[in-house]
Amino acid sequence: MSDHEPAASTVAAVRPLERIAALWRRIDPIDFFFRSLQARIGAKRMAWAFLVPNLLIFGTFAFWPMILNFWMAFTGGTSTIIAERPFVGLDNFREILDCPSWLDPRGCPVVGYSFWTGLWNTLFFAAVQVPAMILVATATALVLDRDMKGRGFWRAVYFYPVMLSPVVVAVIWDWILKRRGILNALLGDVVERWNGFVAYPAAAAGLIFVVAFVVALLVVRPIAARFGASPAAARGGAIAAALVLATIAAFATRPWGFLVLADFRPVNWLVDQRSGWPMFWAIFVYSWAHLGFYMLILLAGLQAIPRDLYEAAEMDGTSKTRQLFRITLPLLTPTMIVVVVLSLIRAFQVFDEIWVLTGGGPGQATKMIVQHIYETAFTGDAKRYGVAAASSVLVAGLLLVLTLLQLFVSRRRAQG
Amino acid sequence: MITATDLTTFLTRRRGRALHWTDVVAHLYLAFGLALVVLPVVWMLVSSVKSQRALVENDPRLLPWEQVTVLGSEGRQLSVFTLVRDDGTRLEVAFLAPRGRNALVVPVAEVGDATRAFEAPRDRLVRKETVAPQIGNYTKPLFGTGDTDRFPFMRFFWNSTFVTTMATLLTLLVNSMAAFALSKYRFRGRDAIVVIIVSTLLIPPTVILVPLFITVQGLGLFNELWGVIIPAIASPTGVFLLRQYMLTIPDELLEAARMDAASEWKIYWRIILPLAAPALAVLAILSVIWRWNDFMWPLIVLTKSEVYTLQLGLSTFKGEIADNLDHLLAMTVLTLLPVTLVFVFLQKHITAGIANTGLK
Repeated sequence: MSDHEPAASTVAAVRPLERIAALWRRIDPIDFFFRSLQARIGAKRMAWAFLVPNLLIFGTFAFWPMILNFWMAFTGGTSTIIAERPFVGLDNFREILDCPSWLDPRGCPVVGYSFWTGLWNTLFFAAVQVPAMILVATATALVLDRDMKGRGFWRAVYFYPVMLSPVVVAVIWDWILKRRGILNALLGDVVERWNGFVAYPAAAAGLIFVVAFVVALLVVRPIAARFGASPAAARGGAIAAALVLATIAAFATRPWGFLVLADFRPVNWLVDQRSGWPMFWAIFVYSWAHLGFYMLILLAGLQAIPRDLYEAAEMDGTSKTRQLFRITLPLLTPTMIVVVVLSLIRAFQVFDEIWVLTGGGPGQATKMIVQHIYETAFTGDAKRYGVAAASSVLVAGLLLVLTLLQLFVSRRRAQG
Repeated sequence: MITATDLTTFLTRRRGRALHWTDVVAHLYLAFGLALVVLPVVWMLVSSVKSQRALVENDPRLLPWEQVTVLGSEGRQLSVFTLVRDDGTRLEVAFLAPRGRNALVVPVAEVGDATRAFEAPRDRLVRKETVAPQIGNYTKPLFGTGDTDRFPFMRFFWNSTFVTTMATLLTLLVNSMAAFALSKYRFRGRDAIVVIIVSTLLIPPTVILVPLFITVQGLGLFNELWGVIIPAIASPTGVFLLRQYMLTIPDELLEAARMDAASEWKIYWRIILPLAAPALAVLAILSVIWRWNDFMWPLIVLTKSEVYTLQLGLSTFKGEIADNLDHLLAMTVLTLLPVTLVFVFLQKHITAGIANTGLK
C-alpha cells in the first residue's frame, strides 16, 4: 500500500464511496431481509422465496395474458379496462369469418379482407421461405463441415446477420433496393459492359468457345472415360468436341445478336405491385437475416455425426455422393426436423423486418397475419382489441398444431 | 525463381491432401456467400460518410468523392473544374454559370475578380473531386448541431442503453435465483414448475400481444421504459440454461457453507453466482442482443418519441424522411455498432451458446 500511495485528491473522492460500501457490507440489508425470512419460514422453504420473482413475472406477463386473450376475443368496444368491455359472444369470429370466399379476400368486408389477405400471404411466405432457406442453410453447413481452413471465420461471417436488428436489416436493404439504389446501378452496369463486350466478334467467339469447352469437358470426358478411353485420350476428345461445337455455334449465330441483352431499366423493387418483386425481396431479406442461425444448428448436427462412419465407408470404397445420401442426410434428419419446425413457427410470426421494409405494401402484397393483428389493435382510430384477440386465437390454433408436431417429433426422437 | 509447379504446390498444399475440384467449388460458394453477407453492410458503412448529394445521386463509387468547391465573390459556393486546353495545359477554374454548350468560368486563383471570367467549352471541363468523408453525418445528430429535433439520437441511445442494461441485470438476477431454487433444493412440485417455466417457450409472443398490452397498461407502464423491461426479464431460456449449469455444481459446497451458518441468500450470492459465471456470461450476451434489437414489443408499448428506443427511432426516421439519407445511414451504423462489437469479441461464446441451447 505504501508503495503505491494514490494522490490525495483521489483518496478524498474515493473515501466516501468506500465508507458507504463498508457500511453496506456490515449491515447488508438484502442478506438481513433474507435471513429474517429464513428464520421465519425455515431453510427448506427458501426455495420458494427464490422462485417468487420469476413466477410472478411469468404469471403476469405470460400465463395471465394467455387466459385474458380468450376472454378478450369474446368482448367488443374500444376500452382497455377489462371490466368495461361488453361481452359480444362469437361476433368477433363471425366478423373475421364472414366472407363470400376465403380464398379470394378481395370480396370480403374490411376485417375479413385484412385477415385473409394476411393469412394467405403468410402461408405463401412460409411455404417458399422455409424450404428455400433450409436448402441454402444445409448446403452452407455441408460446405463448412468439410475439413477446411478458417472454418470459424466462415461460420462467424454467415452468422453475423443474425446479430443485426430487424430495423437495421430493413434499412440496409431498403437502401440497396431503392429505384436509384446500388442494385439497379450494378445491374445496369453489368448489362452495359456485357453488351459492350459481345459487340466485339472476337470476344463473342472466345466466349462461345469457352462455354463449348466447359460443356464438352463436363459431357464428353465422363462418357469417354466410361467407354474405357485413357484420360489423355478423353481430354483430347473433349477439346476436339469443343472445337467442333464452337465452330458450329459460331457459324449458326454469326450476327452475335442473340448475345446482346436488352437495355436494363431500373426496377422499383419494393414498389412495383404487379411484378411480385416485393414478396421476393421480403423472402430474400428475411432469409438473409436468419439463415446463419439455422446453419449453425445444422452444422452442430453435422459435427455430431461420428467420423468413423465415414472412415468405414471410405474403406468400402463408397463414393462421396453415396456417403452424403446414405450417412450424412439420414443422420441429420433429427436436427433437420427441429430446424424445419422452428423456422416454420418463426415464419408464421414474421413481422419486424417486413413491416419496416415494405410496411406490408405495395397495396397488401406483403401484409402478414401479425401485421393484421398489430394494425387492428394498435393503429388507426378504432382500436379493435376484440377482433385482434380473436385473430390471435385463430393464429394460435395454427401455431399449436405446429408446436405439437414439434413436441411429437422430438419425443419420438428422444425415444428412438 | 518460382516455377509454376512450385506455385501450384504452394496453393494446393492443404493438410497433406491434394486439391480436389470440390474444394474449388466450395470456396467459390463461400466467397459468394461472403460477398452477399458482407457487401450490403460494407456498402452501408462507406455510404454513411457520403454527402447528401452523393447519396441522392447514388454515386456508385466506393469512396466518398466530393466536389471541390471554392467561395465565390457573392458568398456562393462554386464548383471547381479542371479545364484542359488545346495545348494540353491544365487550369483550375470555378464554374459560374452555363452558357449554352459553353460555361462561364473564372480561374480559381482570381475567383473574386469578375473581369477575369471567360467562356470555355463544357466538354473540356473535368469535375474536380477529392475523397472527403463527411464526419458531420455522425457528429451533427450525436452532438446536437443541426437537425436534431427530428432525430434526437442521444436520447434514443440513452433509452436503449437503459432498457438493455436494466433488463439484462434483472434477467440475470431473477433467472439465476429461480435456477438456484430449481437446481439446489428438493421440494414438492419442483419438476412441475420446471415444466411450466419451459412451457412458456411455447407461447408465441405475437399471439398474446393484445392482452399483454392491456396488462401493461393496467399496471400503468404504458409509455414507460419499465413497460418494455419488466415483461421480458423472466426468460425460460435463461432459467433452462442456468439450471443446467448449476446442476453441475457439487452440493457438498453448499453443505459446507451451511455448516458455517451461512444464510441461503449468502450461499446463492457468494457461492452459486460466482461459480455459475460462465453460464451467466452467455445469458448476459444473449440478453444484451435481444434487448438492444427488440422491436415489436417497444413498438406497442412506447408511442411517445421521448421514450423511443434506437430501433423505434430509426424505423420512424426511415419512414418519415426520405431526403435525410445521410443521417439515416450514419445512425444505422451507430445502431449496429454495439452488437457488432459484442459479436467480434465474443463470437465464440455466442455461437457456442446458441448451438448448445438451440435458442435465439
